[in-house]
Amino acid sequence: MHDRPTLGETLERQGVSRRGFLKFCVTTASLLALPPTAATAIAEALGQARRPSVIWLSFQECTGCTESLTRSFAPTLENLILETISLDYHHTLQAAAGEAAERAREEAMHANEGQYLVVVDGSLPGPGANPGYSTIAGISNLQMLEETLAGAAAVVAVGSCAAFGGLPMADPNPTGAVPVSKVVRDKPVINVSGCPPLPMVITGVLAHYLTFGRLPELDEYGRPLAFFGQSIHDRCYRRPFYDKGLFAETFDDEGAKKGWCLYRLGCKGPMAYNACATMKWNGGTSWPIESGHPCLGCSEPDFWDAGGFYRALSVPTGDIATTAAVGGLLGAAAGGAAVVKTRRAKADAISAHRPITAEELEQQL
Amino acid sequence: MTSMDFLLLVRGPLLVLAIAIFTLGFGIRLVEMLALGQKRNYAEPRGSAVLGGFKTVYRRFAPDPGTWERAPFDVVIGTLWHVGFIAALFLFIPHVELIRKTFGIAWPALPNPLIDAITVITLVALVAALVQRLRNPVKRFLSTPEDYLVWVLTFLPVLTGYLAYHRLINPYPLVLGLHILSVEMFLIVAPFTKLTHMVTAFIARWYNGAIFGRKGVQS
Ligand code: SF4
Ligand code: SF4
Repeated sequence: MHDRPTLGETLERQGVSRRGFLKFCVTTASLLALPPTAATAIAEALGQARRPSVIWLSFQECTGCTESLTRSFAPTLENLILETISLDYHHTLQAAAGEAAERAREEAMHANEGQYLVVVDGSLPGPGANPGYSTIAGISNLQMLEETLAGAAAVVAVGSCAAFGGLPMADPNPTGAVPVSKVVRDKPVINVSGCPPLPMVITGVLAHYLTFGRLPELDEYGRPLAFFGQSIHDRCYRRPFYDKGLFAETFDDEGAKKGWCLYRLGCKGPMAYNACATMKWNGGTSWPIESGHPCLGCSEPDFWDAGGFYRALSVPTGDIATTAAVGGLLGAAAGGAAVVKTRRAKADAISAHRPITAEELEQQL
Repeated sequence: MTSMDFLLLVRGPLLVLAIAIFTLGFGIRLVEMLALGQKRNYAEPRGSAVLGGFKTVYRRFAPDPGTWERAPFDVVIGTLWHVGFIAALFLFIPHVELIRKTFGIAWPALPNPLIDAITVITLVALVAALVQRLRNPVKRFLSTPEDYLVWVLTFLPVLTGYLAYHRLINPYPLVLGLHILSVEMFLIVAPFTKLTHMVTAFIARWYNGAIFGRKGVQS
């Protein structure tokens, strides 16, 4: 592990030109909302950096995050960085299997004690849950995470499952799934949410770590502000239509063809904080809303349970119509009972009424 | 609790609770009131009670000349914010969407910028109404804590709605959640305060009008 080449050397060997590398650094600087001058610093730091050892743990996940990170941007610079850093241990990408794979993880941990990054995709059965729901080489996810984290510098929770529990944690959460942050106490956790997350966001976070030796500024959910600081809605090119009140009603009506706002079709853009609108997907080709589909809010906690993908954001999640009907009927029944009681009291008062004469009254006084 | 937990709570269980209290409360009130009923009138009717009732419900939207001369400010401000409140409530796209998905009925909505302008007018009118209540000695004397509570509960949904639309509080789930929460407070309190007039005003008008109609007199 000590003869690990620097990133600059690796890139050179892979045939990445200096120009291409600088371009990557400039993009990263602007993505991280750093001044253009920072690009030089990033280039310098990255060029010298020995690629950090990264141990990638996959728990209850669908491999979508790995697909996103390693495939869709191939063969760009980000991909190279990722492939290089994820070599130490990554189920999907590594050639080794079974015990050999676990040995690779242990070796990487010992050789880089205190310095390696742990990347996790997928949620895991929590401390109170049956660990048998997800194991690797007979080791429970929780045990593996705790073991691996002991000597780690920080943990990056990639994807909404690792960051917030995602699909495995969706109601009714049969496996007792929890996000990574629920079980990590003493190491910094950075959440790179998304289902899947944008490839450039994870490489941006790693580049930031390599350049400055610390994790970027985070929001209330532990996500890097540079990428999750603005909502989809704030950056959406359909926003003028939203403001004008022009909405597509169905996926194929005139409004949809004219590119009007997708709010009524369930767009969660107003509550979703992610960089899709600016960075786009597939190497900047397009993004969900551009292709005519509402944002699902995949970067937000509980997005599976947040009231249905195709229901407008303002629609309640509970059953309001039934509640209103039942409440009204019960109220009417209670009102009826009160009326019966009042009437009975009135009738009793009338029947108990005894006329009294003035003389009788005077006698009583 | 994260802001998303908060939003899911107010959009789900809390809203169900608020609607339950609202409908339960109004159910009790309405049945009690309607059951009071009228004594049987043995005189021969000279006109239609139903027609007279509806006519009066409609006619009394316009202030009678006396009120208009005595308190033009109240009439103008009161009308402005009532109309604004109802327009924002029923003609704002997200609200129409809510009604459509909940009760299966829908109607055309107004463009967002128009609702935005209406909301601003409503807010200003509500503030003006409060200022007048505080400055006019008679009104101030007559005002009870309930009046101020009702004002606050009416003002908050409009204010938070405006803040949410313009995304003036971040993150968005927080401001949207606050808006929904303010509406829930309004719903919970409505059946037990002066806010009942949103239903009873129409019943009272209809009742008066029905008597007039039956007697065949103008209301
Ligand atoms: S499509 Fe979605 S994100 Fe874009 S303006 Fe409409 S509601 Fe906002
Ligand atoms: S547009 Fe929305 S749902 Fe789609 S990837 Fe981006 S944040 Fe996720």
